[in-house]
Amino acid sequence: MTGTATSGTGSSGTGSSGTSSSGTGTLFTRIIGAAALVVMAWVVVSAFFITPADTQQGDSVRIMYAHVPAAWIAYLAFITTAITSGISLARRHRTLGFDRVAGASAEVGVLFMGLALVTGSLWGRLTWGTFWQWDPRLTTTLFLFVTYVGYLAVRNIDSDPHRRARRSAVLALLAVLEIPLVHFSVVLWRSLHQEASVLNPDGDVRLDDLMLFTLFSGVVAFTLIFVWLVMHRQRLAALQDAQLGAGLDAAIAARRAETVA
Amino acid sequence: MRQALIIARKDLLIEWRARLLLVRVAPFALLVLVLFAVALDSEPLILRAAAGLVWLAMLFSALMLVQRSFDVETDDGAVDVLLTGTVEPAQVYLGKMLAAFVQLLALAITLVSGAVVLYGATVGADQLVLLVTATLCAAWGLSSVGTLYGAVVANMSGRDSLLALLALPVTAPLLIAASRATEAAFGSQTIDAASGWAWTALLVVFAITFSAAGAAAFGTLMESDT
Repeated sequence: MTGTATSGTGSSGTGSSGTSSSGTGTLFTRIIGAAALVVMAWVVVSAFFITPADTQQGDSVRIMYAHVPAAWIAYLAFITTAITSGISLARRHRTLGFDRVAGASAEVGVLFMGLALVTGSLWGRLTWGTFWQWDPRLTTTLFLFVTYVGYLAVRNIDSDPHRRARRSAVLALLAVLEIPLVHFSVVLWRSLHQEASVLNPDGDVRLDDLMLFTLFSGVVAFTLIFVWLVMHRQRLAALQDAQLGAGLDAAIAARRAETVA
Repeated sequence: MRQALIIARKDLLIEWRARLLLVRVAPFALLVLVLFAVALDSEPLILRAAAGLVWLAMLFSALMLVQRSFDVETDDGAVDVLLTGTVEPAQVYLGKMLAAFVQLLALAITLVSGAVVLYGATVGADQLVLLVTATLCAAWGLSSVGTLYGAVVANMSGRDSLLALLALPVTAPLLIAASRATEAAFGSQTIDAASGWAWTALLVVFAITFSAAGAAAFGTLMESDT
């Protein structure tokens, strides 16, 4: 799918072995992609047509089948980023593989967290009557989202790949430190200030087996999509780095040739 | 620790000679207070929001201070010279944090006075201890986070806007805790002195956490790229 892979120019021997010159797909990613499509198709059919509407929330309960997996994947992605950043830092960034996975995972995580926030606020509008509630979980999620947007901004600034790896690894680990503090303080803040209890039907619905199974399938489908995206994105980043290196080598060679001539 | 004190002294000396705090940051902070008052346009509302507005103005001004603190280091690669010498990175971090702390404290005094004068906030004698303690802890926390994230963005292009984007979400707990503690010290009806002290405790946890993280991470962040 990602057709942006560098063709031709970056084909120095450093490219990862399983990668054909036409893209970042391999047999493994194709299998995962196909599985994701199949499971996703089932989730769509089941979520829209087979599962029943909720007695209180009506059809809006169907948002849950996208919202919950999206939030779950976002957390999975940020945990992946933290772990790979930690490993990368511990290995003193000898190879950039872990750093690239960390960056790819954070990108996908921001995407899914954005999705979770949008679907969540749509659901909130239908169920609570407001798009947003300053509830601890929502507030923490919003801060988490902004934090990783900042992380991506740092990654996107052109600089030496090793320096980028160091900076972003520290940032990813700081986020792990930050989130519990933010959550704790927001919980404390709301518990002290929320006198006027808002109409707040917890948001938990009673799920029958089919709904639970659909939700679970949604999580599986989104997880497959996550793995698929991260693998592609990570390989793309490797190609970009290789191209940068090749471009530099070519430039140096050209200058050398000039001085000889 | 001696090295940290020397670094702090150096930073404060540079600041004293340049007087950036006096001629730019403090006027900016007071201007923010004035603008808040104009935007809210209701005296009871301003009085209720006074504590939060003071700390918001502190956050914005702290960004300017931190920016400056690192521009001094990265111009001409001064920090590389420091670190290739025998100075421990953690000492450099602590020294810069200490210098930022002193400046932020001066700024906090200015802003609280501003709130008393402009917003009509009052501090009873019995709440003065709470106010001073909370301000000390919040300034400490803010200087630890500011110096840490200043190091993250040091030398990057577009670092001013980046610093705000990175550091402000992290300071959310500090903003909440410092505002509530100050609100309690301003004698608000919704929050009593006891919860003011609880918030101050959170400020201490915050400051210790980020001071330790900063001291640990500074070396990695400042490593030169060769």
